Amino acid sequence: MQPVSPRVGLFVTCLVDLMRPSVGFAAVKLLERAGCRVEVPVGQVCCGQPAYNAGDRAGAAAIARDIVRAFEGFDYVVAPSGSCAGMIKLHYAALLGEDSEYGPRAAALAGRTFELTQFLVDVRGQAGMGGHWPAKATYHDSCSCLRELRVKDQPRRLLAGVEGLTLLELPEAEACCGFGGAFAVKYPQISDHIVAAKTAAIASTGAELLLAADLGCLLNIAGKLRRDGRAIEVRHVAEVLAGMSDSPAIGEGTD
Amino acid sequence: MEATCHRFGAASARALADEQLQQALRHLRGNFVVRRAQAAARLPEFDSLRDAARAIKDEALEHLDLYLERFAAKVEESGGIVHWCSDAAEARAVILDICRGLGARTVTKGKSMVSEEIGLNDHLAAHGIEPIETDLGEYIIQLRGETPSHLIAPAIHVTRAQVADAFRAAHTDLDPARSLDEPATLLAEARDRLRQRFLAADVGITGANFLVAETGSTVIVTNEGNGDLTQTLPKAHIVLAGIEKVVPTLEDVATILRVLARSATGQEMSVYTTLSTGPRRAGDRDGPAAFHVVLLDNGRVRMLGSEFREALRCIRCGACLNGCPVYQAIGGHAYGWVYGGPIGAVLSPAFLGLAAAPDLPQASSLCGRCEDVCPVRIPLPRLLRRWREVAFAARIGAGRSRVVTRAWVWLARRPRLYRLLTGLAARLLGFAGRREGAFRFLPFASGWTATRDFPAPEGRTFHSRWQQRERP
Repeated sequence: MQPVSPRVGLFVTCLVDLMRPSVGFAAVKLLERAGCRVEVPVGQVCCGQPAYNAGDRAGAAAIARDIVRAFEGFDYVVAPSGSCAGMIKLHYAALLGEDSEYGPRAAALAGRTFELTQFLVDVRGQAGMGGHWPAKATYHDSCSCLRELRVKDQPRRLLAGVEGLTLLELPEAEACCGFGGAFAVKYPQISDHIVAAKTAAIASTGAELLLAADLGCLLNIAGKLRRDGRAIEVRHVAEVLAGMSDSPAIGEGTD
Repeated sequence: MEATCHRFGAASARALADEQLQQALRHLRGNFVVRRAQAAARLPEFDSLRDAARAIKDEALEHLDLYLERFAAKVEESGGIVHWCSDAAEARAVILDICRGLGARTVTKGKSMVSEEIGLNDHLAAHGIEPIETDLGEYIIQLRGETPSHLIAPAIHVTRAQVADAFRAAHTDLDPARSLDEPATLLAEARDRLRQRFLAADVGITGANFLVAETGSTVIVTNEGNGDLTQTLPKAHIVLAGIEKVVPTLEDVATILRVLARSATGQEMSVYTTLSTGPRRAGDRDGPAAFHVVLLDNGRVRMLGSEFREALRCIRCGACLNGCPVYQAIGGHAYGWVYGGPIGAVLSPAFLGLAAAPDLPQASSLCGRCEDVCPVRIPLPRLLRRWREVAFAARIGAGRSRVVTRAWVWLARRPRLYRLLTGLAARLLGFAGRREGAFRFLPFASGWTATRDFPAPEGRTFHSRWQQRERP
């Protein structure tokens, strides 16, 4: 039976912690609005994906064990990121599968871990979170949401409940934004070529606001839009759903 | 073919700056990608056919020795000759021997990536035998002195105007007034030239999409019919194929054909599907007098026993290239060897050694689109990541990224120290970037900031604010 008021451990993600705490607070607000008790375990730092994708399997496995321990005892683990949720949900099993102690614990954690919009819609049955945000917006599906977690409909359903918000679909929505973690720094020219196609597609919609569920993509896209002088606001979908309009948009200054 | 994978950095930079190539690649996105998606959507059982195709290839690989022996026995039963070649040099020598034995002066060729793998054309030419590519795309790049840049569309990097130029340069007797503006006129011109070549050739060489263990047949699919003329007109037909092309039965071929063309071009079937079983029999009105099958290992057996075995399921449709954001940006030549795109980034290190192609598995955003469209469900991102693990363990590639990764892991496992350091960094960068909201230059990410701003952090970290019970 599903607990009436489940205890949710928030996996903040290292990027949100460092770059954009507003997203973390927005997630807390949304989870509480959906009837959850939210805690933030202190043992968490990063899901281990940078090491995993760099080929440091032992390092990634060590981090995975830390995270398994830190999030034991919660009914659910929720991350405002498809990438980090996908890491815990799908890749921890590959990393710790051989480990007789941690393998089963990682598998149990995987079953309880969700990306934020996926959790709100699929687990908590939220039809919309209310709110008001008058803007023409478009939505970028991160590769991890789209292909690892198969999350596509959930954010759109939640955004449909935001008063004043019009959602315009992005052409070539299946295409990667070119972030890819260390890829963007190791192969910056290729990465830039890919994000240029993405920002051109975004501009072609006529949207004034670009939303996504992964901060990595958002930093990449915001950085490119700004450099090219395109006046399109960039925010995490949780900020809009929680109505957190106080902080400047990603990459936007205070004056 | 000479491998230049180690020059990936320079080659990809050149590709990004090549406006004609970029124009050609944009065409690819609108064409193959869209048509494949439409073809898949039209067939409700497409995904279950992918499962079936994967199962067939897995079964064949699981008992590869058995199926290859059965295939070879059937080929010999029907009067053909099988040549087992462990590497490229052996395969080249066998083919040259056959050609010499027939006193061959010209050889027509159907499209074959394995022939690129063993560098066959150069070898034949060096020994006085002229190879003539008969697939239109292959013909174009042969005239231009290039290698294929795509598994099924070898001249995808060439624009129409460049084709016309290549024809005028090579066909010196061509009437200058003859228009070569339309694809149809280009095709007619190539057809005129090739017709004479087909009739004059002494040997025809094709690849194989399948080797059928049940019947000893080899199968090719083409859209131009050039394969049929290549293999039926000359005195001998040589089939050159990797050993992983074998499947148990004709029924299996029928199953995989249903996903092959759909994944490749979005067609339901390729225009020609041609089966060859042995040489011309008594009473046959045409066909080659001799039928040879050259089976190539060249590293495939080693792959079979490795963690990269699943890449041997590949049926060379090119879908993973078409959907790949990196391939779409740089095309096939930058990968530096026969096979480009995600499958090439897995195969090249396996065939050439990782030290010869250290960039290929790293130059991917791991977006997963390749695996999503693969008709035999090769887990390409997992295999790319596996190569990165091999590189990390063997210290192949950039040492800096290894040091940074190790430092990150060390720090990420010490939350208190991590919070102290990132807390300071966030405040510092947050303060420095507060007014502008983003940095135009960052020394540790200068590649990024060369063309993109880097958004500034908000200031204090989430964890420090949360611990002090601050809530906005």
